[in-house]
Amino acid sequence: MGENKADIWKGTLALMVLKTLEAMGPLHGYGIARRIEQTSGGLLSLNYGTLYPALLKLEQEGAITSEWGASEKNRKARFYSITRAGHKLLQQEAREWEQATIILARFLAPAQEAQ
Amino acid sequence: MKTLRALCRRLVGTFRMQQAEREFAAELESHLEMHIEDNLCSGMAPGEARRQALIHLGGMEQTRQSYREQRSLPWVENLWHDIRFGLRMLRKSPVFTTVAVLTLALGIGANTAIFSIVNGVLLHPLPFPHAEQLIILHESKPNFEFGGISFPNFKDWRRDNHSFSSMSVSHGYYFSLTGKGEAELVDGQYMTSGFFETLGIKPLLGRTFTEQEEISGAAPIALISEGLWKRTFDASPNVLSKAISLNGRSYSIIGVIPSSFHLTIWGMGNRDVYVPMGQWNAPGLLARDAGMGLRAIARLKPGVSIEQGKADMARVSQNLAKTFPDVDTGIGASLVPMKEQIVGDVRPFLLVIMAAVGLVLMIACVNIASLLLARSTTRTQEFGIRAALGASRTRMIRQLLTESLLLSIASGALGLVIAVWGTHSCLRLLPQTLPRAEDIGLDLRVLFFTLGITLLTGTLFGLLPAFRTSRTDPHSALKAGGRGSSTARHRTQNIFVISEMAIALVLLIGAGLMIRSLQQLWKVDPGFNPHNILIFGYTLPPSMIGGNPTAIRSAFRNFDDQIAAIPGVTGVSQSWSALPIDNENDIQFWPDGQPKPASTNDMKGTLSYSVGPDYLKIMGISLKRGRFFTSRDDEKSPLVGVIDEVFAQKYFAGQDPIGKHIMLADGDKRVEIVGVVGHVKQWGLDADDINPLRVQLYTSWMQTPDDFVRLAPSGIQAVLRYQGDLTQIFNAIRRTVAQNSHEQIFYDVHTMQSSLSSSLAQRRFVMILLGSFAVLSLLLASIGIYGVIAYLIEQRFQEIGIRLALGAQRTHILGLILWQGMRLALIGIAVGIAAGLVLTRTMTQMLYGISATDPGTFVGVAALLMLVVAAACYIPARRASHVDPMQIIHSQ
Repeated sequence: MGENKADIWKGTLALMVLKTLEAMGPLHGYGIARRIEQTSGGLLSLNYGTLYPALLKLEQEGAITSEWGASEKNRKARFYSITRAGHKLLQQEAREWEQATIILARFLAPAQEAQ
Repeated sequence: MKTLRALCRRLVGTFRMQQAEREFAAELESHLEMHIEDNLCSGMAPGEARRQALIHLGGMEQTRQSYREQRSLPWVENLWHDIRFGLRMLRKSPVFTTVAVLTLALGIGANTAIFSIVNGVLLHPLPFPHAEQLIILHESKPNFEFGGISFPNFKDWRRDNHSFSSMSVSHGYYFSLTGKGEAELVDGQYMTSGFFETLGIKPLLGRTFTEQEEISGAAPIALISEGLWKRTFDASPNVLSKAISLNGRSYSIIGVIPSSFHLTIWGMGNRDVYVPMGQWNAPGLLARDAGMGLRAIARLKPGVSIEQGKADMARVSQNLAKTFPDVDTGIGASLVPMKEQIVGDVRPFLLVIMAAVGLVLMIACVNIASLLLARSTTRTQEFGIRAALGASRTRMIRQLLTESLLLSIASGALGLVIAVWGTHSCLRLLPQTLPRAEDIGLDLRVLFFTLGITLLTGTLFGLLPAFRTSRTDPHSALKAGGRGSSTARHRTQNIFVISEMAIALVLLIGAGLMIRSLQQLWKVDPGFNPHNILIFGYTLPPSMIGGNPTAIRSAFRNFDDQIAAIPGVTGVSQSWSALPIDNENDIQFWPDGQPKPASTNDMKGTLSYSVGPDYLKIMGISLKRGRFFTSRDDEKSPLVGVIDEVFAQKYFAGQDPIGKHIMLADGDKRVEIVGVVGHVKQWGLDADDINPLRVQLYTSWMQTPDDFVRLAPSGIQAVLRYQGDLTQIFNAIRRTVAQNSHEQIFYDVHTMQSSLSSSLAQRRFVMILLGSFAVLSLLLASIGIYGVIAYLIEQRFQEIGIRLALGAQRTHILGLILWQGMRLALIGIAVGIAAGLVLTRTMTQMLYGISATDPGTFVGVAALLMLVVAAACYIPARRASHVDPMQIIHSQ
């Protein structure tokens, strides 16, 4: 892991995975990792130990499903796709996250002015 | 909802480990490959592409671990692991597992079965509403506290008392039921009104009868049992408009009593008809001084105590004594709570059984404790290794608890099977005379109680290795190499073995004493020869009841001649109302030449037998003086009687009774004594010597007064001696009866031998039960000592190997180990004998002919125990003495 690449905050990975699957359709684990790294503009780096337990948890909660299929290069891979429950979860989490960001931004803004 | 769903998936995930594991490996593999490919595309060298991908993705093993934890529930996984490990451990030591499971299962099962029965008989309330209010009433006489109530007195008691809400007398009777297929003899009960109301029993159908319907001269009505209703009336609902013919008389059916009604006193478990008292035309019913064998049941008014009831009845009987001084002076009422009346005399017997149950339970617990203690030694090493490898103490305790739990579940299940099966077979074994056997089922509280106690013991001792490991450090546990020879443990184990031996010996002594008592009893001379005697009851056609006495007598003579003509029958006699062991009858008399006493209470009583001339020969009773009856002692000749030697000694001491007379209270008849015969043990082999009424008087059946002869067609007993095949004779009698009249009934056929044998049924039952407990405890104790010795030997294998290598004789080793076991057994036996000397005293009441401290029994069972212990120790000792020393020394 490069020093410049931030670790992923707890709880946000699920949101990113869901958003990625919503945007891209069914995708394998490697594809998800790549997409998240790209979207973050190279600021985030995902290893297996972070990604796969999170995928498993989402699957156990019913937000995503998975099935085995063939990749673009005809390699056997497990493809994940978002479910109806996943869509709902995504909307709810996104709303909560936006709210949290706004609140935090309000706290942080005056401090910057004072500097 | 979301969480629950995830939980379920994780639970499922726990059990599909391997497949998921494979799939995940494949998924990671493809992830890695894709990454490498992309790296290659971006222009890296193949080796560098792989290295970069691996660096980027992080540790494969950690990923697997965190993935696995997310996929399943770690604690369920651990539990599952513990269970599989526990099962493996139990399978690995099959002897220990079998012994432990069997011990626990027998302890739980056998105890629950016996306890259920004891509980059902002794502790359960009666199956009637507010059973604590139910009282049995007897009439007390100056010389006898629990006598029969005279009917006129009863009616006054019922009218004058203030304490009882209801009161009823009843009396059992046989009825011949005719007109419904083949003639049949049914058990019936004459009763006053309020009988079922007192007990709180409601008829299934119809109604009970009122006090107006109870009196003599009222229209004949009857209640029938549910059994008879189904058998004879096909459970038809319009039975209430029907009639049945009992003893030739037609009775309208007014109600059906449910078959759930049982009253074990007076054999009321199997009555088929219930008839109002007034229909009974027994002459004695009108006499205020005749007991007639009546007993009353009564229900105290709410809030009235039995003491208040007693005081009230004392007042009522004092008033009666003032009104009827000639017959009611000194007459009172005895009140006994129904429960006490029913379970009263079986209490000591049941208490002994309960004590036996307790002792077996103790052995089972001690056995389990000592087994686990022995096992804990070997496991201390195992747990030492675990602790050294970093297992936490809680984790080890959890492992041990799981194992105990597995043992418990297996033994509990097996124990339940034994309990259910045992309760059923014990009930079948239970003597008919033991009250209340009908309402006994498996008692769940008892099951859980024994289950709890044994499991608690198992769990506590099962945890020993974990505690021991935490006390000593893993290092020393490992150094001891599983040969931990802590003296404290040895001492505890020795105490366990000794106490097992002692308890088993106490039970063996109890069983031994019962067996010896029965042996003694069978040796007792009953005063007659019980072999080859057949007894049966028979009736004449109901139309003859109450008919011409001369015709009845000649019908009986005819029947006698017919039976006597059957090949193999060597003698036959009628017997009115009494036979040794079977049933008894007593009458009052006063010495000739004295004025008649004012009340029957001042007269003498004697057992009475009304029989034919052949009776003495049939029974094999010895004639001491004078003569027995002949066919000439009939209704036309002067009254004669024969007395037994006890009678002669008591009332004619120092004189020759032949030619003397006595006066019989019934009809003031003067009887000449013509002979003296040997005494017969009327009250049974065991109880005759202590019964206050032992004098016996025989009268000639043909001289029976006319009013009794008129009743005889409703049922009389015949007794005959036979040679050859009983079945042929039985069939011949049945054919004879059938030829005479289809209305004649032949019933209650049995041999004298079986009467004698069933008179000892309760003792035999105690013997069988104590015997099975003793065998059970012997089995458990020998398993216990076997287990302990086997473990001790395993501990000493190295020592034995070295001894053998140094030239010790194998027999010497064998002797050494045997002695180790026998020494414990000897101490156990010493303790057991001491305890036995104290405890068997409680059995005194049940013993016969031997003392509770009979030395022969004590020595005999001690020898038996030694023998079994020797056998139990011999098996492991032999194995130990046959080991190969080289192999052992190498393996250590």
